[in-house]
Amino acid sequence: MTPTETKQQSMYDQVLESTPRGERLKLCLQCGDCSGICPFGYLMIHPPSRLIAQLRADRFEKVLETDTVWMCVSCYACTAVCPAQIPLTPGLMARTKEELILNGNVPAELQSALENSQRYGNPLGESPRKRADWAAGIQPEVKIMGKFRQPVDVLWFVGDYPSYHPRVQATAKALTKILHALGVNFGILGPDETSDGDSQRLAGERGLFEMLAERNGLAFSKYQFKEIITTDPHAYNAIKNEYPRLEISYPIRHYTEFLAERLDQLKPLLKQEVKAKVTYHDPCYLGRANDVFEEPRHLIEAIPGVELVEMTHNHKNSLCCGGGGGGMWLDGFQWEKAHVRLSEWRVKEALAVGADILAVACPYETPRFEDAAKTVQGAGQLRVRDITELLVEAMGI
Amino acid sequence: MNIIILVKLVPDLVEELTVDASGAALDMAWLRLIINEFDDHAIEQGILLKERGGGQVTIVAPDVEGIDDVLFTAAAKGADHLIKVKGDFSAGVNNHALARALATVVKGLQPDLVLTGVQANNDIDGALGPLLAGLLEMPYVGYLSGVAIDGAKTKVRKEYPGGLIAEMEVTLPAVLGVQAAEQPPRYVAVSKVRQVMKTSTIEEQSASPLDPSGGPKISRMFQPETGGRATMLTGTADEVSTQLVGIFKELGVL
Repeated sequence: MTPTETKQQSMYDQVLESTPRGERLKLCLQCGDCSGICPFGYLMIHPPSRLIAQLRADRFEKVLETDTVWMCVSCYACTAVCPAQIPLTPGLMARTKEELILNGNVPAELQSALENSQRYGNPLGESPRKRADWAAGIQPEVKIMGKFRQPVDVLWFVGDYPSYHPRVQATAKALTKILHALGVNFGILGPDETSDGDSQRLAGERGLFEMLAERNGLAFSKYQFKEIITTDPHAYNAIKNEYPRLEISYPIRHYTEFLAERLDQLKPLLKQEVKAKVTYHDPCYLGRANDVFEEPRHLIEAIPGVELVEMTHNHKNSLCCGGGGGGMWLDGFQWEKAHVRLSEWRVKEALAVGADILAVACPYETPRFEDAAKTVQGAGQLRVRDITELLVEAMGI
Repeated sequence: MNIIILVKLVPDLVEELTVDASGAALDMAWLRLIINEFDDHAIEQGILLKERGGGQVTIVAPDVEGIDDVLFTAAAKGADHLIKVKGDFSAGVNNHALARALATVVKGLQPDLVLTGVQANNDIDGALGPLLAGLLEMPYVGYLSGVAIDGAKTKVRKEYPGGLIAEMEVTLPAVLGVQAAEQPPRYVAVSKVRQVMKTSTIEEQSASPLDPSGGPKISRMFQPETGGRATMLTGTADEVSTQLVGIFKELGVL
């Protein structure tokens, strides 16, 4: 055996061993469902099934010579459809991207997001000290744990985009209003909060993910709270499913679960009619990856005047916005390859069912869909709203 | 080929800059330092030269907060030796003092080639490269976007304003100021850097007493001040345009 062959063999073994249920890779029957359902599978030289075939044939170097694995947006569609239940997204695909990174095959835009995450604790390259600036001036004051230094019931993990992105900050502000209206005793970490790291992990930067998770773990351990809620399905997925493997274990819920539980208290506050046909986009990491499908819909349906309609792809079969697994930082790269954006497909689906509002529950989605609506013909009137924003509109606050 | 790369950390402009109580320097307490972007390109260029023609790459940097991470990252990219120069650099020093401190260390390493970033955002007294070349009595060429070794000489591409590029031959040893490496600085995975931290060592060398003479004395440092010359025009579009015409006439441009 040549040294290269040893390396290839160990790569297959590594994928088998390095992920929970990774041994299921042996069960692949090459049906190709994964490659068929992949929204960018048609552009990949090695979509999941072919990737497995190359691994089995000890020809992983063929994969390393290409860059189309970077089209993977970690949307879980392949994992959800696999009849052998192989954890393709968190296992095979993330591991392959890790190998690409170690071999220096990293698109420039992704590199800068990873470097920013490493240095500033957020992919946007913003000052970590300014993480809670979005909350400045809000009354009643948003409690920053480091300053407040008292126990709270709920620790709200705000996330990168609601903290920094000018459009998504509106979501953070809306949730603040709702939590205050419900009388929830909550606090945020502010400068102590670091990127959850989930998208960086799925983009192949496992070491960076661990570094970020450790920082958050340290921040969690400093304060007293009963549970964590989050605005971000990616943070939800990381803290719920991945952090415990690093011995960072805290109960966490997405805000839609938290609010749906308080629907009796919330409903009387929803006094303003929102006369609109609303369709809901299931975020990959809330729906497909974590089975939260109904709570967001219950919240939308509680708003007076709303008619909830489903797009062709819904629930487990939802279409990705294109932002996951590093896709948020690969727009230029993916555009060069595809000349289409996944967010545009989704906006077209929303238009096809006559929606006035495209409701979302993930911070990646408002800017992605709003940008897409600018380029899709006839989408000029489509409003993209986070569920928090719709609730606030209905509350008239 | 013995390649020495000089690296310094500079104020990170992502954070707000404030002036300290003396009114003549940056407040270092709130400052966060980051590798000078051009030095990062110098590292990349040095690693590329090593990959193409072999040799040893040594990184030399003044000891300030955060330097260990920068040095280990360079090692993960392919640097062979890491040297941090101990001295009182934390309050910030000018390039005259820095060049003198580094020159002694660099001389001792008997370099064939010294690479450094062509400029930095805190170069108040000129760039580091030419000052160092003067002390080492070596030739200096800056604003380079390509370096190739050719025996005892190096061929460099120097950028001029207006899109002109010159190719020059420089006799070694020489100091070169890198504007851009031939490829963007590479990414190294965090896991690789963490691994290198366990296996690499950073050599420490003492700097001679810092001598800032030759540099300017800063009498006052301040944020750009707002002038009072702006006039806000209000009213309807017609009113504003009438006012504008009046102002232009008054200024003699109409």
